[in-house]
Amino acid sequence: MNTQGKVFKYPDNVDTDVIIPARYLNTPDANELSLHCMEDIDKEFVKKVNKGDIIVAGYNFGCGSSREHAPLVIKHCGTGCVIAKSFARIFYRNAINIGLPILECEQAADEINAGDEVKVDFDTGIITDVTTGKSYTAQPFPPFIQNIIRCGGLLASLKGGQSNE
Amino acid sequence: MGMTMTQKILAAHCGLDTVSAGQLINAKVDIVLGNDITTPVAVNEFKKAGFDNVFDKDRVAIVLDHFVPNKDIKAAEQSKVCREFACSHCVSHFYDVGKMGIEHALLPEQGVVTAGDCIIGADSHTCTYGALGAFSTGVGSTDMAAGMATGQAWFKVPSAIRFNLFGKLPSNCSGKDVILTIIGMIGVDGALYKSMEFTGSGVANLSMDDRLCICNMAIEAGAKNGIFPVDKVTVDYLSGRSKRVPVIYTADDDAEYEQTIEINLCDIRPTVACPHLPENTKDASELSDIRIDQVVIGSCTNGRMEDMECAYKILSGKKVADNVRCIIIPGTMQILRECVERGYYTAFIDAGAVVSTPTCGPCLGGYMGILAAGERCIATTNRNFVGRMGHTDSEVYLASPATAAASALCGYITEYKED
Repeated sequence: MNTQGKVFKYPDNVDTDVIIPARYLNTPDANELSLHCMEDIDKEFVKKVNKGDIIVAGYNFGCGSSREHAPLVIKHCGTGCVIAKSFARIFYRNAINIGLPILECEQAADEINAGDEVKVDFDTGIITDVTTGKSYTAQPFPPFIQNIIRCGGLLASLKGGQSNE
Repeated sequence: MGMTMTQKILAAHCGLDTVSAGQLINAKVDIVLGNDITTPVAVNEFKKAGFDNVFDKDRVAIVLDHFVPNKDIKAAEQSKVCREFACSHCVSHFYDVGKMGIEHALLPEQGVVTAGDCIIGADSHTCTYGALGAFSTGVGSTDMAAGMATGQAWFKVPSAIRFNLFGKLPSNCSGKDVILTIIGMIGVDGALYKSMEFTGSGVANLSMDDRLCICNMAIEAGAKNGIFPVDKVTVDYLSGRSKRVPVIYTADDDAEYEQTIEINLCDIRPTVACPHLPENTKDASELSDIRIDQVVIGSCTNGRMEDMECAYKILSGKKVADNVRCIIIPGTMQILRECVERGYYTAFIDAGAVVSTPTCGPCLGGYMGILAAGERCIATTNRNFVGRMGHTDSEVYLASPATAAASALCGYITEYKED
């Protein structure tokens, strides 16, 4: 499994209120919610994002509310992966549970620039900045979490581990 | 090596004698909670995965509180999904309009959650119930769906920071000033993935409403949970209220903490978190140049009876400043009723405030007090992120009920000083 795309870069403490403002949470519909992804931090994101693109951010990405709508809209917009220095714990759980690939890597988050073309190999955790030629290795998930991801999310793993691949 | 209070509860709920920080476990949960925003997503996942039944109809709680009474047609549809699911699965703890309250004010009040519980809730402020001596943490809708189906949840056993509280709060300070001070010290990710365990001789001097407020905002420091030891205050609170028998866990004497932070409650000052992070704290007395357009007193953080008492003490017989809208939201129907019976409701109206039925409404920018561009609000809520209460160019200042009420009278931010 891998993804390749253009980088959107954001600072520390990107909260779930700016990822998907609560004023839109009167529907659980992912198509409708996704029109407002990142709206309160970057109004251009939805217009510019293409399938496979990558969000790179600082510490504590996804802090605040438990709304699963946050990783859901990021995934639904076509984002291939979020790389951050660290993730808020509920966002981390939610991303794994719904199958949005996320990686923690401080050096990559520091050095990769907005607009760079970046390639991520999820099996090895290797992040390659095609624009600069630099490579980074993200911390691998513990096996327990790898199993949830391999099954295609938490509920699929509970249902006997059938793979969605 | 001994266990922290959190680790003791988790060990008991996964059937192990001991657990240690970093260990991955599957634990039995005592209560699975959702609200009108997170439950519809969970219901969808529950059905999609092909589950037919909830694991125990008495262990699921669904509270309609964020956008009710329904703010618009779409919100009404979401409430309907929750209502139909609760009805078809005979969910005992389903709270609709007329019975509902803000979930984290309601569940402790109604005795649905108790000491020793392991609780997951699809709402980040589920950490509130740590005040009762429970392990309680926020999760997402998929975890809620899995919890409803299996009665279990996976956790990484957290390490802990110990906050050793001593002394007694000044009369114009409350639990809110304590937790804002702590978040100001350690930052919004200062306790990321960890437990915040509050101990020490000062605990006895904190009311249950103070403790609920402190644990409520543990998530604002990134924590997995906040937790208080069970003492006389807890036992008195749970007595006659708890629907199940409380179980008391205590931390081992040789429990390992990553860090111990000493907090002298005597030194706490009226504290305000400035935009746009809860860690941007300042002494309220330094902010007298900040004029305000709106005041909100309520939310799962500060919508309890002591908060209403505090607002009444300050607003009664006075007038809210010109050009300030003051919105007071009692957290549950029982609290609202008590405000009526004690004459607070009339006093609030006479002071020029409005009183709403329980709702999360303005706290998350839903309805019932949305801010326009350039407007400022001092609120007893829990988050002041960009756009949290309305326009992205509006500002939210987080404070205690005393500071918010005193500021409502002045029209600018001020600390409350007793006459």
